[in-house]
Amino acid sequence: MKLRIHLLTFFRYRELLAELVKRDIKVRYRRSVLGMIWSVLNPLLTMLVMSFVFSNIFRNNLPNFPVYLLTGQLVFSFFSEGTNRCMSSIIENRSLLLKVYIPKYIFPMSRVSASLVNMLFSLIALVIVMIFTGTPLSWTMLLVPLLFVYLFTFVLGMGLLLSCLAVFFRDVLHLYGVVLTAWMYVTPIFYPVEILPEIGQVLVRFNPMFHYVRFMRHCIWAQEWPVFNMHAFCIGFSLIALSAGLYAFFKNQHKFALNL
Amino acid sequence: MQKAVIVSNVSMRFRMNRERVDSLKEYAIRRLKKQLTYDEFWALRDVSVTVEKGENLGIIGLNGSGKSTLLKIIAGVFRPTSGKVEVHGDMAPLIELGAGFDSNLTARENVFLNGAVLGCSRAFMSTRFDEIIDFAELGEFVDVPVQNFSSGMVARLGFSIATLVRPEILIVDEILSVGDFKFRQKCQKRMREMMSEGTTVLYVGHSANIVKDICDKALWLEKGEARMYGDAEEVCSAYEATGNVEAEQ
Repeated sequence: MKLRIHLLTFFRYRELLAELVKRDIKVRYRRSVLGMIWSVLNPLLTMLVMSFVFSNIFRNNLPNFPVYLLTGQLVFSFFSEGTNRCMSSIIENRSLLLKVYIPKYIFPMSRVSASLVNMLFSLIALVIVMIFTGTPLSWTMLLVPLLFVYLFTFVLGMGLLLSCLAVFFRDVLHLYGVVLTAWMYVTPIFYPVEILPEIGQVLVRFNPMFHYVRFMRHCIWAQEWPVFNMHAFCIGFSLIALSAGLYAFFKNQHKFALNL
Repeated sequence: MQKAVIVSNVSMRFRMNRERVDSLKEYAIRRLKKQLTYDEFWALRDVSVTVEKGENLGIIGLNGSGKSTLLKIIAGVFRPTSGKVEVHGDMAPLIELGAGFDSNLTARENVFLNGAVLGCSRAFMSTRFDEIIDFAELGEFVDVPVQNFSSGMVARLGFSIATLVRPEILIVDEILSVGDFKFRQKCQKRMREMMSEGTTVLYVGHSANIVKDICDKALWLEKGEARMYGDAEEVCSAYEATGNVEAEQ
């Protein structure tokens, strides 16, 4: 019954969600000459810099390193951008939240959706790199959309949790940048997981991002079908994040207005 | 007659931290030392009021009497500490004109964004679009970012959107005090039209004159409590009378 009401409200405000996503995308590149092309150019240029650094200065013997790097980078930057933008979503929409009734989760949700759209554009960069490196096509690539579903759920869960936390403790806004940097280094994005010491290879399994990055690479870089375990880890972490996020958000959302 | 808004025994308590605790470290320290004390402040105590469909209620009182808090509770922004609020019908708040505009977006884009905030679809907003722009007198500026607008233009656009989406219940919080003379007249005319078409209006103001003029019923709040409720004419006269007495003292 309660769920039905929630679904009805969501249905009523679906256009608002669409408008907010559109606004996010429009405002991001407004007044820049290249506009949306930056979503492609940005990961491409970062990848060039990183692949120069990590294949010339630090040696590694990974085959097709640019694609290895870019797959990891795209997955991680969706996560970092999505959660970061979500975190401030409630605070930044203060003026609206204090005036009108709107289901509050619309704001974090619109931010994750906008980040997803941005990442989908960035996939063009991946296609360009794959053409240049002569990476063959594979049926396993058809599983990429499924990964996005897993990842979207995970990012939304984390985002809800962070946006709620940020309302009560603004420190989180500053702290999270540091956490993200550390998180990026412990995720095998520009190094192969095998170079980690044995203990590291065990611990890395507790890092959700490791599983999403590995899934993406299995589909595109290694071109193998992800085994059952990989799905299980991804789904598991997504569901944990989403339930934690929803619980924290719905338990505290009525107090938001008093703390903004 | 059908009810539009039912407020029953609503109380609202704010906790005012003597110093705001919003850093994790401070929170942890105070939690340990058990220093998390709050000053309590009752913004509203046991207020009940019922508004019927098509009726116009004015809420009057001095600053800090809880008028805006009551409106925010009715609008669903605050959850009351105790009591219950029922609202039947679509509601558009006119609490701060232009709240919810994105200053980077153009007037056109903001019309659709603001419409969506009020729960209206893009298709519906398209049918009203010309009317909204006409009323706001922004014909040449449709594609100019709102950040370049004057405050009067922003107010006109905000008012125009909130009234032209034809809400069943309109919440107005002292907005008629902004804008120039011409705009104020236009707004009042517009509100009267809506009232005659059956829109329920909740109006908040200090000024007893406007309330007397446009409302059927009035609620007088004093320090968070309902001091008087009834026919707008009577309540406003009583309100003005105390004002005069206090002024004389």
